[in-house]
Amino acid sequence: MPCGLVAAQMASVRSEKRFEPKVLPLGDTALLVVLAETLDPDANALARRVALEVRARRLGWVTDVIPALVTVAVHFAARTAAEAAQRRAALEQFVREVAKLPPGDNVEPGTRTVEIPVCYEAPFAPDLDDVARRTGLAPTDVVRLHAAGAYHVLMIGFAPGHPYLGGLDPRLAVPRRASPRVRVEPGSVAIANEQTSIYSFATPGGWNLIGRTPLALFDPTRERASLLAPGDTVAFVPIPRAAFEELAAQPVSG
Amino acid sequence: MSLRVLRPAALATVQDLGRPGRQHLGIGPGGAIDPVSHRIANALVGNRDDAATLEIALSGPVLLFTRDALCALYGARFAASLDDAAMPMARPVYVRAGTPVHIGRAEDGCFAYLAVAGGLDVPVVLGSRSTYLPGEFGGWRGRALERDAVLPLAHDVEALSAERFTRASRRHRASGALGESARTVTWFAPALTLSEHDAPVMRVLPGLHRDLFDEGSGKAFLGDAWRVAPDSNRIGFRLLGPKLALAEPTEILSQPTCRGTVQVPPDGQPIALMADHQTTGGYPKVAEVISADIPRLAQRPPGASVRFAAATLDEADAAREMLASQVEGLIERILWEFDDEGD
Repeated sequence: MPCGLVAAQMASVRSEKRFEPKVLPLGDTALLVVLAETLDPDANALARRVALEVRARRLGWVTDVIPALVTVAVHFAARTAAEAAQRRAALEQFVREVAKLPPGDNVEPGTRTVEIPVCYEAPFAPDLDDVARRTGLAPTDVVRLHAAGAYHVLMIGFAPGHPYLGGLDPRLAVPRRASPRVRVEPGSVAIANEQTSIYSFATPGGWNLIGRTPLALFDPTRERASLLAPGDTVAFVPIPRAAFEELAAQPVSG
Repeated sequence: MSLRVLRPAALATVQDLGRPGRQHLGIGPGGAIDPVSHRIANALVGNRDDAATLEIALSGPVLLFTRDALCALYGARFAASLDDAAMPMARPVYVRAGTPVHIGRAEDGCFAYLAVAGGLDVPVVLGSRSTYLPGEFGGWRGRALERDAVLPLAHDVEALSAERFTRASRRHRASGALGESARTVTWFAPALTLSEHDAPVMRVLPGLHRDLFDEGSGKAFLGDAWRVAPDSNRIGFRLLGPKLALAEPTEILSQPTCRGTVQVPPDGQPIALMADHQTTGGYPKVAEVISADIPRLAQRPPGASVRFAAATLDEADAAREMLASQVEGLIERILWEFDDEGD
């Protein structure tokens, strides 16, 4: 079972760190759970765990659960002041219980391993030479290292279906571009600092573009509108330009 | 059975109560930027509050009903007219097929909602009919209405409209003619989200990073008057005033934001996040507008002033409960007018 295997591997490298979460109001109809101040992988895993456990309780009054890098927001509905106070207290208590669980137990049901075909060739890789120069690697090595990585979806944000992926080889860490592009094409595969990402929509963006996938990261007409969800594992598969064009021409289901 | 756009508006979008529950996939909750006015507009035509309405910002379109239809315009006060008469706000108006409805400029407030009996029948996408501009889906083709756009109405809009208008005008035994083309009733719903003062106060809870701002910034945010910037939109209202700065540069990891979050990008001009906000952000948060005051803030047009005042969580809860009671009370009062059996 590949999912179980991934979880076991994750567990084996995880420390037995414990977190004392801060649970703070986010406006008057949500709570923000703060697990860490820096991008700690265990805190990230725990953020997803907290989100999963809160969802699993299927409370009708919880309206949104949003795991981010090391924080989780839980939105709730409450008609009266008394009801709001009671629900905040119940959520806080529950979150504190979940946070006591060892992060190594982090078996995430429902997460998937998703292979994403990427063409690392011109014209989809305008910053590849620049990244190579800054890292002192050959462009082919940049591609090889990027495609060899096993990545985790740390969170989805910025735009619908836009993943923040952790697990980039530190040798590929480069800062953002000095001046952001006015328009980045959807499907663009990008790196900045110690993360990689895929632009899901045409937006302005400052990350370094090294490839493009023909897959739609977001399609509201699909049953799985967002190709990726927090906790998913991502593998990039290099494809030549011809294969890109072929895949781009046909609608691909998530 | 449709509503046709003869002349487009600056920004008219189909909205309902949005699609919460998908923010973990980067999909904003969206929906009406002033959900209170959206709900009252629906009540005025006898709809449930999740029926889709047309949200009109600042300056309205010219529309044409292809069938007789009961509609109501509620929220910001707009100048609106039918063929040969002014169209009154905040009450049910029965419009004859083929009558152009001219919705002019907002005279007070920013967003009005045009509700039609039976609702706007655009397809449901990911659980809602609302237009989500950042995701380019929902509503009318994921976009603001353009010239010649056709919005489908309920298949039984004619029968529904006639029956509801009869009920709405029975209790007061009077209805007013609006020229040849329309009729209305003698009662109306008062405004709930428009402000009477020039610089109304919006209450705020402390933002997560409030203590990271320098002393002057903290004081300025709560002390000064702010103006809503012209480039404000459904994603966020930019606030013009003193520049706010952190005491020292601090890197903040992307974290969830919500409606009412006031975040401060590096240029120092705060942005109050509104219905179509991004689900996460990495800018420091100076404050959170309490949920009871978000519809009132949404109704401040570009150029208008606002002030912010600190509130406690208890005050925010009490204000939310009070607004909910006010809205429910007004909706009950409207439904009473529709009640054809009497008490």
